[in-house]
Amino acid sequence: MVALEGLDLEIAEGELFGLLGPNGAGKTTTIGILTTRVRPTSGSAIVAGADVTRDSVLVRHRIGVVPQRPNPDRNLNARENLAFHAAYFGIPLRTANARAKELLEKLGIADKSESKVDQMSGGQQQRLMLARALIHDPKILFLDEPTVGLDPHARLAVWELLRELHRNGKTILMSTHNMEEADRLGDRLAIIDHGKLLAVDAPQKLKARAPGGTLIQLSLDGEASAVLALAKSLAGIFRAEAQNATLNAYSDRGGELIPALIRAAEQSGRTVQNIHLSPPSLETLFISMTGRKLD
Amino acid sequence: MENRTNAAPPSALKVFSALLLRDLMVSRRELPYFLLRTTLQPLLFTLVFGFVLPKMAYVGRGYSSALLPGILAMSLSLSSMQSVTLPMVIDFATNALEDRLLAPVSIRILALEKIVMGVLQGLVAAVFVLPIARLVMGPIDALSLSHGIEITAVAVLGSAAFSALGLLLGTAISPQQIGLVFSAIIAPMMFFGCVYYPWKGLDSLPVLKYLVLVNPMVYVAEGLRGALTPVLPHMSLMAVLVALVALTASFSALGLRSFERRSIA
Repeated sequence: MVALEGLDLEIAEGELFGLLGPNGAGKTTTIGILTTRVRPTSGSAIVAGADVTRDSVLVRHRIGVVPQRPNPDRNLNARENLAFHAAYFGIPLRTANARAKELLEKLGIADKSESKVDQMSGGQQQRLMLARALIHDPKILFLDEPTVGLDPHARLAVWELLRELHRNGKTILMSTHNMEEADRLGDRLAIIDHGKLLAVDAPQKLKARAPGGTLIQLSLDGEASAVLALAKSLAGIFRAEAQNATLNAYSDRGGELIPALIRAAEQSGRTVQNIHLSPPSLETLFISMTGRKLD
Repeated sequence: MENRTNAAPPSALKVFSALLLRDLMVSRRELPYFLLRTTLQPLLFTLVFGFVLPKMAYVGRGYSSALLPGILAMSLSLSSMQSVTLPMVIDFATNALEDRLLAPVSIRILALEKIVMGVLQGLVAAVFVLPIARLVMGPIDALSLSHGIEITAVAVLGSAAFSALGLLLGTAISPQQIGLVFSAIIAPMMFFGCVYYPWKGLDSLPVLKYLVLVNPMVYVAEGLRGALTPVLPHMSLMAVLVALVALTASFSALGLRSFERRSIA
């Protein structure tokens, strides 16, 4: 199976770059290759000046990685997880312990310092992973969906920390399928799907590329193609696409056209089961490019 | 924090030491469980074959001298192997090795450290079992600890061969197959490993005598016989050492390669 197909990206030093795409788009594979954990079958990648295949040790020395699911060393407590990870990077234990303490405090898990990781909640473990990725002060920080499974409070805390790291000049690459996260954090975003790069630009510029108007999505009880012709003929609908049982119609009169669309569906022998409205956004851009929703 | 990642990566030796320190710390914490897991079985065999049966006169008085090196070989080998295999199977299944796979060092150093750690654990188990077994079995006339070099050579090479085999197994099996390792690999290795009888004793069963030579345990048991009870019949020490070196080299080569494959997708 080809997880990635011709994904050409260049990320500048100090940039906070977002990799946006649905599950299975190839985000984790991309991060796996860039962090030397997945061997590319072809192509090359240079991370922090080193080649991921030829100089993988050098790459690993310069990066920090936050995995999608916390994978701490379960035989060590929280502080030891950090101290030993630093030791693997050649940092003397005394310095490592001081940094561990500092990071645990900063991430609000200082009270868990001596706890076994199994006694920590998922959110606390995820923050421990963030601390682990930072303890050796890497040049580039990679985060694979860092806020999945976090409660809103913890999510905001992680965002705030990423912004602070970004302000201090850290290069950050994060993947997400959360629109809001991508929109609010990224200097630039790459939208990928099925291992292909669909667009890359600043969030503002990407949103400007979204088809104008409001996206009205109708979930039908059968193939949406039956409704397509009639929907397109409605005044105010400037674009419509059928995707299985979903009809995506772009309206320049907002939600006003909903009754007309429902009638069009009924005249075409379909029943409307659900309606979803979205203003122009990264989401509508993604749908217009792939025909699918992000999650 | 000062930015220090412009500096060169740490030396492989430095990373290796940190990895070893981590494993030593974790093993020290688990020492009682480790000893219970790896030495209870040999000690039970010692009790039954080295004490109960001789008391009942089912086995001769001299049997203890054949049994002691065998029991020691079993403890040494199986501890080395299991202390590498069991945690590794779990670590691969739970991704818990990730923080070490991200260390700025060749993946092979990680595997090598696991082998070294297995050797240390095998030696600890043997050092623990020897005095207890001797105590249970009573005086053994042929036993001599004066061949220090031979004892050390066989013990270190034997645990290295089994530790490397443990690495190979640890990278090759899934958690569901752990039970299978015990019944399909460990049990035959114990019973056909010249643990409970000297290799010479198989003279009357020539087919079996040469068949058991595929079993690495045979060389550890016979090697320890040669080193601990040199006056009794045993396989040539030179043959044992050559076999153990060859086994260590091949298991290590296969284990390192398999570890690398398993670690990088």
